[in-house]
Amino acid sequence: MKSKTIFKAIDIVLLLAAFGVAIAVDLVMPVGLPATVLKKGAVFAVVAVSMNLLNGFTGLFSLGQAGFMLLGAYTYAIFSIPLEARASVYYMQDHVAGFLNVVELPVVVAMIAAGAVAAIFAFLIGLPVLRLKSDYLAIATLGFAEIVGAFAKWEMLGPITNAPNPLVNYPKFSKVTTYFVAAGICIAIIALLVRSTYGRAFKAIRDDEIAAEAMGINLAKHKMISFVTSSFFAGVGGAMLAMFQSKAQANSFNTALTYEILLIVVIGGIGSLSGSVIASFLYIACSEWWLRFLDTPDVIPGLTRNGFRLVVFSAVIMVIVLFFRRGLMGDKEFSTERLVKGSKQFVKDIQDRKARKAKEVN
Amino acid sequence: MKKIVALVLAALMLVTVFAACGETKSDEKVIKIGVFEPASGANGAGGKQETLGIKYANDVCPTVEINGETYKVELVPVDNQSADDKAPTAAAELVGKKVSVVLGSYGSGVSIAASDTFAQAGIPAIGVTCTNPKVTEGNTHYFRICFLDPFQGTVLANYAYNELGYRTAYTLAETGNEYDQGLVHYFTEAFTKLGGKVENASFVKDTSDFNTLLTNAVNSKADVIFAPTSTQYAQLIIEQAAAKGVKATLMAGDTWDSNVILAAAKGKDVDVQVTTFYQEGGNAEFDAGFKAWIEGDSQNLTDNGGDSNIAAVSAMGYDAYFVALEAIKKANSTKPADIMTALWDVEYTGVTGEIKFDDVNGDADRVSAYIKKVNTETGLWDFVKEQGVN
Amino acid sequence: MNITIDHILAGISVGGQYALIAIGYTMVYGILRLINFAHGDVFMASGLIIVYLTTAMPLQYAIPIVLLLTVMLGFLIERAAYKPLRAAPRMSVMISAIGVSYLIQNLALYITGGLPQTYPAIPWISDSITIFGAVTKRVTIITPILTAILIVLLVALIRYTKIGMAMRAVSKDFETSQLMGIKINRVISTTFVIGSLLAAVGSLLYFTSYQSVVPTSGSMPGLKAFVAAVFGGIGSIPGAVIGAFIIGICENLIKSSTDFSIFSDAFTFALLIVVLCVRPTGLFGEKSIDKV
Repeated sequence: MKSKTIFKAIDIVLLLAAFGVAIAVDLVMPVGLPATVLKKGAVFAVVAVSMNLLNGFTGLFSLGQAGFMLLGAYTYAIFSIPLEARASVYYMQDHVAGFLNVVELPVVVAMIAAGAVAAIFAFLIGLPVLRLKSDYLAIATLGFAEIVGAFAKWEMLGPITNAPNPLVNYPKFSKVTTYFVAAGICIAIIALLVRSTYGRAFKAIRDDEIAAEAMGINLAKHKMISFVTSSFFAGVGGAMLAMFQSKAQANSFNTALTYEILLIVVIGGIGSLSGSVIASFLYIACSEWWLRFLDTPDVIPGLTRNGFRLVVFSAVIMVIVLFFRRGLMGDKEFSTERLVKGSKQFVKDIQDRKARKAKEVN
Repeated sequence: MKKIVALVLAALMLVTVFAACGETKSDEKVIKIGVFEPASGANGAGGKQETLGIKYANDVCPTVEINGETYKVELVPVDNQSADDKAPTAAAELVGKKVSVVLGSYGSGVSIAASDTFAQAGIPAIGVTCTNPKVTEGNTHYFRICFLDPFQGTVLANYAYNELGYRTAYTLAETGNEYDQGLVHYFTEAFTKLGGKVENASFVKDTSDFNTLLTNAVNSKADVIFAPTSTQYAQLIIEQAAAKGVKATLMAGDTWDSNVILAAAKGKDVDVQVTTFYQEGGNAEFDAGFKAWIEGDSQNLTDNGGDSNIAAVSAMGYDAYFVALEAIKKANSTKPADIMTALWDVEYTGVTGEIKFDDVNGDADRVSAYIKKVNTETGLWDFVKEQGVN
Repeated sequence: MNITIDHILAGISVGGQYALIAIGYTMVYGILRLINFAHGDVFMASGLIIVYLTTAMPLQYAIPIVLLLTVMLGFLIERAAYKPLRAAPRMSVMISAIGVSYLIQNLALYITGGLPQTYPAIPWISDSITIFGAVTKRVTIITPILTAILIVLLVALIRYTKIGMAMRAVSKDFETSQLMGIKINRVISTTFVIGSLLAAVGSLLYFTSYQSVVPTSGSMPGLKAFVAAVFGGIGSIPGAVIGAFIIGICENLIKSSTDFSIFSDAFTFALLIVVLCVRPTGLFGEKSIDKV
């Protein structure tokens, strides 16, 4: 029992250490790759966890993430651009919608609004599509994201969305720590939800819909709660991505983004929140930092050149998808206890094997 | 088996990470210039040509004198993948490599997305051919040596209305692409002001069938089809317009100044005219040198689209490099902050003309653009005229 | 809106090309219950292969070789990425499909160096002709005709040959047919071979009219073809074909309107959502019974 408390304490220390890293990076090296990668990692962690809530915990295979992120990003940008900057942002439009001349929300409120708008749309689209079976749901949500993208670019909505032109000049988080805190709050809320009775109902639905229904779980209601919550945080994540890339524009919220997030969820382990978080940071760091040198022509002559990094990367992903289907964490959460026990077991396995081999030789 | 694969993978990762760290050191003094350009994605082709110009300039003049000491200029290229969410990390990569000044990018969107990263790091950036006003507006670190969309759109409208005597125009732009939409906006504004009639049309990303839109254009009896799209669509538009026998002039901005267009229009019955930053023949020495350099290396030849025709963006890249050197000399320092201050006062006459930054946004004061048209027999550009706003 | 014969012609042509891709989706889905997300990328890869082949050899050799190579690619993808996951949950297989799609696109990016590749002009079919006063390429007319011929052949194959019968049996009931001694892997491979072959033909027709190939060229046509397959009733070949033509034509009509052209892609998906909610089995699909 005592060791358990120690492990718990180590877990908390590790968690705090993550924030410590963020603070340290802010102090020591406020600009540069580590800071940028940590920021993007935090953003993707929120979105990946929100996707995992749907795909991993409720068994709803949805590919609409980019659409909800777009809604969040646009909502955040539209409401938080300072009033005096509006004219210069919307300079391509003949006029702007009336409310834009009066409403300006503070950052946090705008972020919540971003989530809320995404959640409202999720509710509306969820009414018809959540009845669909797995792959139909996937393609319907993917289609929904495309439709949202088309509306965002529509000239008729220009006075609100700035049509195809980017929304810029809204307030942004400048510190890694702020990104971490925002991401931490979002992930903590999702974690609480997953551990509540609702979370257990989600898992029951994932494991066997019919059995869950027989147990008295209201399928439609629980699927909707999961879908709306997931979309809320996808919206918040979208707002954070908009901050990260300094501009919100429909084209960057495309299917490729959804696929990227899905692959992160798979790498981390479908059904593991901590897995998604770890995978987000790993994925971003590998693809945009550690493996970037693979694009330099001279590393391995004749082989490494522009694009090679992505080939290596997608090959690794295929290996994970095919041979390590459980990803980093499977459906377990990270804990020092498991890590220590797991490695002990691993060492023991190797020793056993050696012993067996030695026996065979004798 | 699985565990072995996992171990091998992990080992590979470690090896590669260490390989990345092992950089060679020498006593030579080095100043680094970041090349922030797309090498893939929608703007990959243009980005590569712009980079070629910069690389050639570096080949011509690989050193710079600072405080009486000779510094080797090292180019640090990074691929921003033409994607907004990849741009900040690509920019951070340059910051991490401690570049003193950044050149690029082709495509305004990624420049806007990366702007903050450069600003926080205090590194000045010189936009080479990003024509959107938003890139330099309201900041002190982003400069630009080319003209802007409002200028280009107006020039084209004037040229079409006054010089060619056209009265109806049909515009074709990709939705969600601020470059296309921006140019069309200014073109339309200027053309209607002059008294012309304009019909606007848009197509969505990844469209490959322009037959319907071209039919609409023909039906609207347009004299000119203004289609400032990216080259990927341009070749389809030219091809399909030729197949349809469209008689209207196809007109576009600087993106169409590319060998892709020449290849597409060669031997076809189309009239293609564009505004651009540079016309081959403008500077014989640069032309000859650049061509020889391109032809001397098969990779360069591939990056340039398979032949040695000079794209205007290459000439602009070439000039941008020298503007940067000029600023470094003026600052007499490798410190980004000093170079940023020095940039405001840089005056440089390059192959594309005189470059001098205004005091407000750091945009080059450009008074005219080159207009050229495709010679469909030779598959080369014919110079038409230099056109100003009036 | 001014609808002309041109819009309709373009619509029929695009519809034919979607139809050829849609068959690959519908057959694979019918048997494996898998949305083969990589199918659109196979279609794109086929376009790239011919670009590189024609630099080395004349077109008359390049075309048969590209058909062969595309078929091999389709076959390989199934063996490498789907077969190992036969017993895995459906979600895993679909993720694998997305992974393959990602891999093919990145490979294409690496090989092409990110530059759009110009598709070779195929003589005769890319010549211009005039029909009903509209100028178009000959391929516009050839596409629906060739599509029709191929589909008749395919339906005959499925109806009258032994392998066709096996395919029908497998799509009716996977487990039982296995118990009855049908070599399931052979049937699945054949399905992928046929699907890829048709995608290769579709790619020849598609890129002839559109000239350039980029790594993402396949994704949109692929998704739309899938929607066509769902619209027509997944598993039904005539359904997929009719769905493809309807989508092709509607899409081109929407493009002809100035204010709404931006919704030409979105329309396809809106149609999908409506169909799924109102009549999930599509126009011609059989009602499927989910067994507990």
